[in-house]
Amino acid sequence: MNAVLNPSPYQLDAIDRQIIIATQSGLPLVAQPWDAVAEQLGLDPDEVVARVAAMQEHNVIRRIGAVPNHYALGYRANGMSVWNVPDDMVAELGRQVGDLEFVSHCYERPRHLPLWPYNLFAMVHGYNRDEVADHVKVIAGMLRGVCRGHDVLYSTRILKKTGLRIGE
Amino acid sequence: MDSIDRALVNELQDGLPVCRRPFDAISNRLGISVGEITGRIGKLLDDRVLSRFGPMFNAERLGGGITLCAMQVPEADFERVTKQVNAFPEVAHNYAREHDLNMWFVVATEQPERVAEVIAEIEAETGCRVYDMPKRNEFYIGLKLPV
Repeated sequence: MNAVLNPSPYQLDAIDRQIIIATQSGLPLVAQPWDAVAEQLGLDPDEVVARVAAMQEHNVIRRIGAVPNHYALGYRANGMSVWNVPDDMVAELGRQVGDLEFVSHCYERPRHLPLWPYNLFAMVHGYNRDEVADHVKVIAGMLRGVCRGHDVLYSTRILKKTGLRIGE
Repeated sequence: MDSIDRALVNELQDGLPVCRRPFDAISNRLGISVGEITGRIGKLLDDRVLSRFGPMFNAERLGGGITLCAMQVPEADFERVTKQVNAFPEVAHNYAREHDLNMWFVVATEQPERVAEVIAEIEAETGCRVYDMPKRNEFYIGLKLPV
């Protein structure tokens, strides 16, 4: 997946926003979940499905699925690996790094020189820090010859974690 | 978690089709009923193996603002600054990390222009400079962790 940010977002109308609010904490666990959402909102189920499909097509919804709890699945270590690569190569290299199965998020972000020279971020997951370090070596190998420096930032504490929510 | 749970979690990471009966295809592939699938998802949520099940929204496309911020916080001030930063409802996640930039948080706002205001308010309250690192390009977001 490679989505260049679009400054003009898909225009959501009031009904789209009702569907978002009704489902942002989760989808009903029934055979026909969109029918349940439609009934709750007083809408036609086919309309709800069509609107959800349109939102997915426009990347307002990335996908319908599950977010695993890494920690509960045994992936106890994560490191934010950061890389200084040439700006004219970051899109191609970002796609390659983002395709690695142990990378969960991969973004280009701005540098802040001199303190922060890194423009490519890849979140790496592993069962422990040694495994994360091995994964980072794989990325370093992919970027050999073009990367001018990298670092791995391990999280030591979660200071706050709340979901992103839109107003109701 | 048994082998069916693992297969189910892997299926759910790929995403469900958008249709009136979204579980039917998985039901056929795994050879279990739709009722068993929804029951197992409920149990995986209760057991905190899954943290969420449903649509994954893209915050930028909802019309709001979002960015990643980093700060260099002196150790002696860390607890005070943590409290000040976390008190902003716009701060969604905040992590301590091992680096000179030792505090990393996400600012998410309903109005895009509010992001810059929140950053300025955090700088004024904490006395620390905020390094604003909005995403310029997204190469992958999701999970492919085999379980």
